[in-house]
Amino acid sequence: MQILKQLRDEGRAEDMQALLDHIPYAKFMGVKVDRKGNEITTILPFQEMLIGNTTLPALHGGAIGAFLELTSLITLLFNTQCERLPKTVDISIDYLRSGRPVETFGRAVVTRQGRRVANVRAEIWQDEFNKPIAASHGHFLLTPV
Amino acid sequence: MSEPISDVPPYGHAIGMSVQDTTNSRLTLKVPYAAHLVGDPDTGVIHGGVITAALDNASGWAVRISKDWQDDLSMATLDIRIDYMKPATPHVDLLVTAECYKQTKTIAFVRAVAYHDSEDDPVATSVASFMMGTPNQPRS
Repeated sequence: MQILKQLRDEGRAEDMQALLDHIPYAKFMGVKVDRKGNEITTILPFQEMLIGNTTLPALHGGAIGAFLELTSLITLLFNTQCERLPKTVDISIDYLRSGRPVETFGRAVVTRQGRRVANVRAEIWQDEFNKPIAASHGHFLLTPV
Repeated sequence: MSEPISDVPPYGHAIGMSVQDTTNSRLTLKVPYAAHLVGDPDTGVIHGGVITAALDNASGWAVRISKDWQDDLSMATLDIRIDYMKPATPHVDLLVTAECYKQTKTIAFVRAVAYHDSEDDPVATSVASFMMGTPNQPRS
């Protein structure tokens, strides 16, 4: 991927916000990244368009799934030098609580990284870190540099 | 029915989805290709998250059109597992067909497939389960 190479050449391989700004869908979702040392937290600011149930109201399950997948990808790219964006092989999502119309945060852990495949777990939460609204685990295909 | 199928949620509108067909307890929806859905700017392939959203939404609707659906019920997604078989083709609309193949008093089981031309050549497949009879009133 052009942007991955460009960031690496500029010595900004860890600038995940710059990467997100180049992914149209991530920009459309409004996803941001907060980095503290080697810890990455993703942020999904609330927007009306993220709603899936207007009665409750609650965030759309698909928006939640997409945010989990983006959180996994960004964490994986931060931990791994890749030639191209990792490809999602599969992702399994547990919906734990309905997502309220507020800001949502995400964190992921690369539980195993092989040469070709990485296993990544992710959790997202709103007000309380200990009350995740959804969790996922997924497999991603790598194209190492 | 608490929310008619024609009632596309805001996030569904945002990614441009619409219902194409509902016959024989199978529901098909369409997500037209759009620039803001792209996940890899080098190739123009749409992001997996878009496919996740379409599969999730189609699966939920498939429960609503099943013969066992009761109008006063509401439901919540318990989980969904998605397998990505191949990248979506750039500039081509995505179709998703879902079918609720088992429904009990408390749980509904749904499988769905995302594709371009034929269900036999899937972009992604999913299985999801839904909890029936969850509250659907505004939060206090």
